Amino acid sequence: MTITNYDPRILKAPHPVPGAPDNWKRFFSFNTDAKVIGIQYIVTSLFFLLVGGLLAMIVRGELITPPADLVDPSVYNGLYTMHGTVMLFLFLFPILNGFNNLLIPTMIGAPDMAFPKLNAAAFWLVPVFATVLMGSFFAPGGPASSGWWSYPPMSLQNPLGHFINGQFLWILAVALSGISSIMGAVNFVTTIIRMRAPGMGFFKMPIFVWTAWAAQTIQLIGLPPLTGGAVMLLFDLSFGTSFFRPEGGGDPVLFQHFFWFYSHPAVYVLVLPVFGIFSELFPVYARKPLFGYKFVAIASFGITFLSMIVWAHHMFYTGTPNWMRHIFMFTTMLIAVPTGVKVFAWLGTLWQGNLRLNTPMLFCLGGLFNFIFAGITGVMLATVPIDIHVGNTAFVVAHFHYVIFNTIGFGVFAGIYHWFPKFTGRMYYEGLGKVHFVLTFIGATLNWLPLHWAGLLGMPRRVASYDPEFAIWNVLGSIGAFMLGVASIPFILNMVSSWARGPQAPPNPWRAIGLEWLLPSPPPAENFQDDIPTVISEPYGYGLGHPLVEDEEFYVRRSLEA
Amino acid sequence: MTAVNPEVQLNHTPGHVKHDGHNMTGFVIFLCSESVIFLAFFAGYAVLKLTAPQWLPDGVDGLEVRMPLINSVVLVSSSFVAYGAEVCLHARKLWRFRAVWLLTMAMGSYFIYGQYVEWSELSFSLSSGVFGGLFYLLTGFHGLHVITGVLLMGLMLFRSFKPGNYDKGEMGVASVSLFWHFVDVIWILLFLLIYVWQ
Repeated sequence: MTITNYDPRILKAPHPVPGAPDNWKRFFSFNTDAKVIGIQYIVTSLFFLLVGGLLAMIVRGELITPPADLVDPSVYNGLYTMHGTVMLFLFLFPILNGFNNLLIPTMIGAPDMAFPKLNAAAFWLVPVFATVLMGSFFAPGGPASSGWWSYPPMSLQNPLGHFINGQFLWILAVALSGISSIMGAVNFVTTIIRMRAPGMGFFKMPIFVWTAWAAQTIQLIGLPPLTGGAVMLLFDLSFGTSFFRPEGGGDPVLFQHFFWFYSHPAVYVLVLPVFGIFSELFPVYARKPLFGYKFVAIASFGITFLSMIVWAHHMFYTGTPNWMRHIFMFTTMLIAVPTGVKVFAWLGTLWQGNLRLNTPMLFCLGGLFNFIFAGITGVMLATVPIDIHVGNTAFVVAHFHYVIFNTIGFGVFAGIYHWFPKFTGRMYYEGLGKVHFVLTFIGATLNWLPLHWAGLLGMPRRVASYDPEFAIWNVLGSIGAFMLGVASIPFILNMVSSWARGPQAPPNPWRAIGLEWLLPSPPPAENFQDDIPTVISEPYGYGLGHPLVEDEEFYVRRSLEA
Repeated sequence: MTAVNPEVQLNHTPGHVKHDGHNMTGFVIFLCSESVIFLAFFAGYAVLKLTAPQWLPDGVDGLEVRMPLINSVVLVSSSFVAYGAEVCLHARKLWRFRAVWLLTMAMGSYFIYGQYVEWSELSFSLSSGVFGGLFYLLTGFHGLHVITGVLLMGLMLFRSFKPGNYDKGEMGVASVSLFWHFVDVIWILLFLLIYVWQ
């Protein structure tokens, strides 16, 4: 047998390297490569993190003193409404779709998504509805001001009588965002079902793919009712119907059902992929297999199922009958079970692990710590008597920011740092990353931990002025918020400078196990191309010594030579 | 992991993944999602009907059923006609497929026409209370789906004239046909809800 170093497959493999400085223009084009679309999503949504963050800075600036002195109370209503909407629909949903685009095809060994053009169209709807939503600021009468949930009858008020008003544009943007998300969800689910590498049965898929699948299933079931509710709200606002107008015989509480049927599961759409990120990162940085892999995988769909039957816990204090309260209290508490399975699996993974505390791991640990806290206040809020007492207070604000930012936001940052070398081909600067983590962790804790006390003492949410007895908690909160604002500086500095001139990243800088780490950094167009590996073992085989795919050394070698 | 044995490459056999044929899967997933929006509207209809203090607007006694019933019969039977067209396509009888497919389109168009006539003869409008709004919202949203279905069928008919286009599979005819059955089933539910349950 002749031994040769020549292999035609290796020579034809490398495509023009994506991310090279000469082809940055493709990020501004209708590109159908999932990796380009993923980066488009992530960069766009990080821009809107800054926009939403700026709105939050003004909100916290207003709340640093008890009277309404920085902005007018009616402007303040518009600010928190737009802050919430931007953060959810323009930061978190798009950024997680960015992760889906980057990770699902590479993790399952697919060349691209199932419907690449649909994928690009779904992304390009983001700038469209972003423009519509931002246009709300310039509409006569100012932006939408009825909170991100837009309950009627407040959202049906149109005192100036213009057809195009802030609320109108808000509803339009939300409906467009829903269409974009459904296009994405159809694509992701089809890709996961049909395009896995040979040998990759469902119980050989990485947990991120499981959680993305579970989350996108929620999108498919939950978004249509929200869109339906939004259409009815739009008709009420603009075309004289009275679905939700009590004076015309309509029922405003019906809108709350439509809204929360989606918007509570939406939290799980956001948090499930972050659970996936935790499940991917803890094994890598603890050098141990994921504890209870199959239970973690199945728990994702347990959460999907339960998330569909908990929505009315947002309505304990809006005239919900008692029997309904009891049912929803029970289902809501039940959701702590699959979530607990995951938390214990991560703790079991960390237990006696050989921890490597770099930036992604620090964000993961911080996120897990915050999530346990958020889970405890979540169970508190699910209890009807407590909820009726603290509902609509700063306690609720503190609780959901502990979920939305301190868990999901931390998970997103962990994911960005962890996969940055893979998809840009550059290493980030560890020092700046750690500065970012420390500022973020202290800032986030200082921002929202004190608000729990303010809420328990009775400070209502969504007010521009408040009783001076709550001043101390709000001063602390505002200092924390400004620290979070400052924390974006090392982050931006790190991302921009390391992408431009950071050290070249090896294919597998973290010695991680997974199909995406068998590709060159950055992966070529079409990932494995014609040469898709056959998966032979479960993921996360850290320390077990058996290969993930057949001929693993061939792929390792090819990724190094690219 | 950097130690690489050069012999490994020789034993390597490339794996493959099928690239096409996802369309039906994607379309079925989309239809499942689309059916939920109708379910939401139906649930909203039922809740408002059961709880509204005044259901029918003043001067309206109920809905005329005869015309819509004829309409429904036409729409539902068009589903079977569409199936017949698919059978013709499978049997490679292209002209017969085109004729039967065109008949399906005609029946769909008749339904839209019938809906238009019914709308123009009604004494209440979109803003006539909860009932008026729901009636026009539900029938209108369904009507949009019927129009979409007819347009998609027209596209399929147009495609059939490209020589050899249907030699390698049906290229979307199965999906459009499925969509048409979906629109029909939704109409049956809608008819029961709006016209039968008065």
